[in-house]
Amino acid sequence: MNWLKYSAPQTFYPLAGKLVPLFAWPALILAVIGLYIGFFVAPTDATQGEAYRIIFIHVPAAWMSMVIYLAMAGWAALGLIMNTRLSFMMAQALAPTGAMFTFVALWTGAFWGRPTWGTWWVWDARLTSELILLFLYVGYISLTAAIEDTRRADRAGALLAIVGSINVPIIYFSVKWWNTLHQGASISLTKAPSMAKTMLLAMLIMTFAFWAYAVAVSLLRLRCIVREREQQAQWLNETKE
Amino acid sequence: MSSFFSYVFAVVVRDLQLAWRRKADVLGTLFFFIIVVSLFPLGIGAEKDLLRAIAPGILWVASLLATMLSLNRLFAADYADGTLEQLALAPHPLTFTVLGKIIALWISTGLPLVILAPLLGLQFDLPGEALWTMTLALLIGAPILAALGAIGAGLTLGLRGGGVLLALLILPLYIPVLIFGAGAVEAVIQGLSPSGHLSLLTAGLILSLAFAPWASAVALRIALD
Repeated sequence: MNWLKYSAPQTFYPLAGKLVPLFAWPALILAVIGLYIGFFVAPTDATQGEAYRIIFIHVPAAWMSMVIYLAMAGWAALGLIMNTRLSFMMAQALAPTGAMFTFVALWTGAFWGRPTWGTWWVWDARLTSELILLFLYVGYISLTAAIEDTRRADRAGALLAIVGSINVPIIYFSVKWWNTLHQGASISLTKAPSMAKTMLLAMLIMTFAFWAYAVAVSLLRLRCIVREREQQAQWLNETKE
Repeated sequence: MSSFFSYVFAVVVRDLQLAWRRKADVLGTLFFFIIVVSLFPLGIGAEKDLLRAIAPGILWVASLLATMLSLNRLFAADYADGTLEQLALAPHPLTFTVLGKIIALWISTGLPLVILAPLLGLQFDLPGEALWTMTLALLIGAPILAALGAIGAGLTLGLRGGGVLLALLILPLYIPVLIFGAGAVEAVIQGLSPSGHLSLLTAGLILSLAFAPWASAVALRIALD
């Protein structure tokens, strides 16, 4: 099978259309299963009570926020190296979903922190670097939105995504070090060492659900971007769906 | 090799001459720095212990903002009159040109900040040793700010609303510099050695001088395309 065949918007557009339901349905089903296990089957936490159940959304969202940034930077690099338009579109399609997951991770984290730590926000290394990740997403989205020429927007955004991804570990370690210097380990985010198997299962199922959701929604957004950019192309009018 | 030095030197001299002829820009940035720093005691109160505790952070944040304001003129004038395109066509790599411009920006904006910072530190009642560390940390940190800023300046070249956009892109990347720079001063205030912070800051300087001019040149080529 010739994979490069699908590097053209013309061939990928119908394929993406077929793939969207293939990911959207599993996302929905897995989310229902995962939430059911998380909210009704998993045992109540000994120390945190019922409030801990937000981690079934919080942790997968935090994971996805980082994975999507890496994926975005990967597509951006591929676009700059191979000069394929579709890669840039893919990076742009991923960005809003990544930003959304980052926001969800921060928001649910605040909801979890309130009953557990007694505060909405602490300047913990992970929280702070997640916040900075949100800033990086916002920077990427606003840069690509500000440039009207799509070719320039693609390439400038790609460069920024790559520079950002190089900086992510530097930022993470600097924030971590800053944090340990400032307040010591007054609050530790590390979970209890032994996590009940059902809790872990629910969390993994939710991760797959979020992942499938991210793929489905990004492909859908990709189709919108293709439609917008290739308005004049004849093949788009000839495509039936 | 000697042509590399003479070319970069020529770019630096040219940009410094241009900056010298438009003194208002440079002075404006400096006074912005002074005013921002002076606003904090007015807003927070003039308790000496409090001021001493917040001084490193405020001086560093103000330096970040002042550097960011000066970034707009790094490439804008050359872009507007077409010089930048000629520089991009020149036989010398655009990376060298950018490096020269970064050095010139550092001399015209970064160095005055470095000189002013200890004076402003006095207003915040910083002890002598902390003032020296502050100056040293800014001396190492200011070129990093200019180098990273050049990437953002290249990416936002000629865009409407470029100033705000530049802030969104660049300020998150400045965070490590802020942490280590302010951390060094804070360590001295607490009686610790600042050498760890300063070493990391120097590592950042070497990395950013090695890669940022190149990334900025790529951004400029994208903008000129």
